[in-house]
Amino acid sequence: MTSLIIRAKELLENKTVQVVIGYEAGPTGVARPAFITDPAKAESLIYDERCVQNLAVYLTKREVKNIGKMAIVATLPVMRSIMMLISEQQLFADNIVVLGISADGKLLDIADNKVMQGYIEKSDLSNPEKYKGLLTEFNKLSPEEKFLYWQKELSKCIKCYACRQACPMCYCTRCTVEVNQPQWIPVKANTHGNMEWHILRAMHLAGRCISCGECGRACPVGIPCHLLTMHLTDQVYNYFKVYAGTSEKMSSVLSTYEPNDKESFII
Amino acid sequence: MSDSIYKPYLMEIEQIVEETPDVRTYRLKFKNAEEAEKFSFKAGQFGEYSVLGEGESTFCVASSPTRQGYIECTFRKAGRVTNALANLELGDTVGFRGPYGNTFPIEEWEGKNLLYIAGGIALPPMRCVIWNTIDLRNKYKDITIVYGARSVSDLVYKHELKEWEDRPDIKLITTVDPGGQTPDWKGEIGFVPMVLEKAAPSSENTVAILCGPPVMIKFTMPVLKKLGFKDKDIYTTLENRMKCGFGKCGRCNVGKVFVCKDGPVFSYEQILTLPEEY
Amino acid sequence: METTRKLIRKQSLEKLYNILSTTRKVYAPVIASDKQVEYKYNPAFTDVTFDHIRSTLSVKNVVFPKVENLFYYTNKQTESTITDIDLNKIQDVVLWGAHPCDNAAFDTLRSIFCWDITDEFFAKRLEKLVVIGFSCHLSDEYCFCTSVGLTPNSTKGSDILLSRLKNGDYHAEILTEKGNAIVSISPELFESVTNEEAEITSVKQKFNHEQVTAKLATAFENPFWVANSLRCIGCGACAYVCPTCACFDIQDEASGKEGKRYRSWDSCGFGLFTLHTSGHNPRNVQSQRWRQRIMHKFSYMPERNNSLGCVGCGRCSSGCPVDMNIAEQLEALQNI
Ligand SMILES: Cc1cc2nc3c(=O)[nH]c(=O)nc-3n(C[C@H](O)[C@H](O)[C@H](O)COP(=O)(O)OP(=O)(O)OC[C@H]3O[C@@H](n4cnc5c(N)ncnc54)[C@H](O)[C@@H]3O)c2cc1C
Ligand code: SF4
Ligand code: SF4
Ligand code: SF4
Ligand code: SF4
Ligand code: SF4
Ligand code: FES
Repeated sequence: MTSLIIRAKELLENKTVQVVIGYEAGPTGVARPAFITDPAKAESLIYDERCVQNLAVYLTKREVKNIGKMAIVATLPVMRSIMMLISEQQLFADNIVVLGISADGKLLDIADNKVMQGYIEKSDLSNPEKYKGLLTEFNKLSPEEKFLYWQKELSKCIKCYACRQACPMCYCTRCTVEVNQPQWIPVKANTHGNMEWHILRAMHLAGRCISCGECGRACPVGIPCHLLTMHLTDQVYNYFKVYAGTSEKMSSVLSTYEPNDKESFII
Repeated sequence: MSDSIYKPYLMEIEQIVEETPDVRTYRLKFKNAEEAEKFSFKAGQFGEYSVLGEGESTFCVASSPTRQGYIECTFRKAGRVTNALANLELGDTVGFRGPYGNTFPIEEWEGKNLLYIAGGIALPPMRCVIWNTIDLRNKYKDITIVYGARSVSDLVYKHELKEWEDRPDIKLITTVDPGGQTPDWKGEIGFVPMVLEKAAPSSENTVAILCGPPVMIKFTMPVLKKLGFKDKDIYTTLENRMKCGFGKCGRCNVGKVFVCKDGPVFSYEQILTLPEEY
Repeated sequence: METTRKLIRKQSLEKLYNILSTTRKVYAPVIASDKQVEYKYNPAFTDVTFDHIRSTLSVKNVVFPKVENLFYYTNKQTESTITDIDLNKIQDVVLWGAHPCDNAAFDTLRSIFCWDITDEFFAKRLEKLVVIGFSCHLSDEYCFCTSVGLTPNSTKGSDILLSRLKNGDYHAEILTEKGNAIVSISPELFESVTNEEAEITSVKQKFNHEQVTAKLATAFENPFWVANSLRCIGCGACAYVCPTCACFDIQDEASGKEGKRYRSWDSCGFGLFTLHTSGHNPRNVQSQRWRQRIMHKFSYMPERNNSLGCVGCGRCSSGCPVDMNIAEQLEALQNI
């Protein structure tokens, strides 16, 4: 995508930013995150349908932040993640340059956060089409069937926490699962503990999940754990008529979380 | 079948000393006489202490191998296991696996002067070797102990400090950080490195054993070098996080070195060859 | 034991499988509904896959389960009792269908669990395991067994290695006494070998592991690590899918006065893995953890455990959510 490469080069050359976070193609052809610091290397940036990872997760990673001011290739979910991170005071709007990408893959001119907000507001913020089918199917199940479905899926979970690590909203330095006084969630990966972990994760993301699907994509054993948080996105919208990640000043709808809350409505 | 390597000995708390508001020393006795009989350890080794149901924690054995029939540990309330441990009472059960790790080469030190330097909660790892060498007093020349803590109330082993102070064959220098003194404090006031520099012990035929928080080590090393200590004559211990204690769980390594197997005791000469992962 | 070579006809293979799976636990690969390849106990022969490249998870859990109980305890007043796990209750398992890389990994795991003192949980499970391996007739761009001293038909770790012939029959290499014991269950299924050639895939060598190991000896401070791990998100996926990763956590689980101590998989990729209670962390950032991963496998293990910590299965790379491709990085490291 030449316009993107030109823009990235420019930003690095005139030292507006020290790093451009975008995508490159790996040796097997998979698109993966790239951190371009040298304008001469901007050529390796790509943008096409393979570029699905939500890059916003890197905006809070220490070693990336250490490089300096960041520009980020941002599809809608990335922009919404940025809004969430700003509203939760994890990010200063002034510190990043957003290289917005439209739904049809064009470079957008996102001059500032107002423009970004405008773009987000006029976009469709409901769960992406590709997940809607499954969500609808899932909603047709009886509570018992839902329970059985998740029991089967989550019995595969190995607690590698790729889902958590890949999610831009899971930025806590010490996740509740790692708190041992008291031990809310058992360390080991057994079906019961896995269910508790996913209930906790879903609860912490209710009203904050911006429906990028990254958690499910990251899971090495193919658990569609994004359906849990996306289901909650639908629920929150039904009750409160809001979607996450639409403005800098959003206060979270569900801002108090109790890790040991058993919220049966998820499953 | 021999016992599982993960199975702890069951020990009974025989004595409790409240060293400071958050530091305790437990004397632990084997419940099983046969196990007590077979058990032996050397200065510098550590073990995994557990409260069944809460987990295991790594502490050195703080008592001397010359005192048989029990082991002692001194621990600070820091997290889940140490808090649970601190809630136990006399007669309660503690699990113990060990001893693990290498030892202070006290045989090599025979005929030399010993300079012990400890800061804060780091006296316990050293207490074992201090008593060990004191109990074999005639094998060593001068024994000097420099011990510093943040404040008077943070000093551990107060009764033993008194004992060491009163002994003519041990030189004890205690110090507290400025502001940490009480009106009747008779020791030094100042940080360990400065107090050491002032005391200026000779490095001639002397081994220095140094344990303490990273900052203390960082500022004490140059003083020792200035006093003429060679890297191979300075010993310290590393405390990387551990689980198994015997080189399997993969948690404690510093480069290719397993702190649980090759350590926790290292000469400064060895430390210099290690990558900075401690 | 001297290797003997035999032929198993296509139909005999099914017979052998059925005999085994009706008399003992057989752990074999199947294709699950979501297309993932997973191992199951005693699946029907028709469900067993013979054409998979790699299962999502390795088969290490047969010797190193993701959760293993170490003992049970009871607390009564001041008295406590500990009950050992009866390792003699561990059942015989036939591992069926695993590829040479995965089978070689049992040796690697042994080099970790049984160096110095023996971890009897692991040792017992390995003792009870019989490995009927299958050479690879398929591979993909993630495979690199040939770069780590193995081949798509190496026999290391297998008791019997089967290689498929063009006509669908199999050559069997019977490598150990355990393998012999399997043959003796139904000797008539094992015929004399033919000249037919086995279908073995070819896997391009990407790097020379000895040269990588030599380079790593002085690479600890190299800027390579930061430059090549910025995208690593610090999950446990690579270690958990890896057939040779052996790190574990030890935890207690209480319910009232009773409970157990167990160990469970852990990973050096997690930020909290090395965190001290004081808050100090010797591996404070992700690049240091990524460095540990490669260093452990390609530098520390060759020196300390006398084995290479990687069998080239490619799982960590195909399973990594951010395409951290270990072979690509090792190739680059060879040339730094
Ligand atoms: C060789 C060695 C000797 C030690 N000697 C002493 C001593 O004599 N007295 C003392 O008070 N402390 C000592 N420590 C530190 C002590 O192990 C930790 O403070 C203690 O384990 C905290 O446990 P916790 O369960 O209460 O904390 P949590 O944070 O709840 O610990 C959870 C788990 O992490 C492990 N862990 C956490 N931090 C550390 C750490 N810094 N080192 C090792 N394991 C850790 C624990 O073993 C436990 O399994 C020593 C550590 C080592 C490695
Ligand atoms: S929970 Fe999943 S879908 Fe929602 S923001 Fe996080 S990664 Fe994206
Ligand atoms: S990524 Fe998948 S396997 Fe890993 S913790 Fe999440 S749901 Fe479990
Ligand atoms: S290399 Fe990949 S799988 Fe491993 S910790 Fe990093 S992101 Fe996770
Ligand atoms: S490091 Fe990767 S390629 Fe090597 S054995 Fe482990 S999972 Fe396979
Ligand atoms: S690579 Fe990491 S997780 Fe795997 S065995 Fe080595 S230290 Fe353990
Ligand atoms: S503590 Fe387990 S390997 Fe050192």
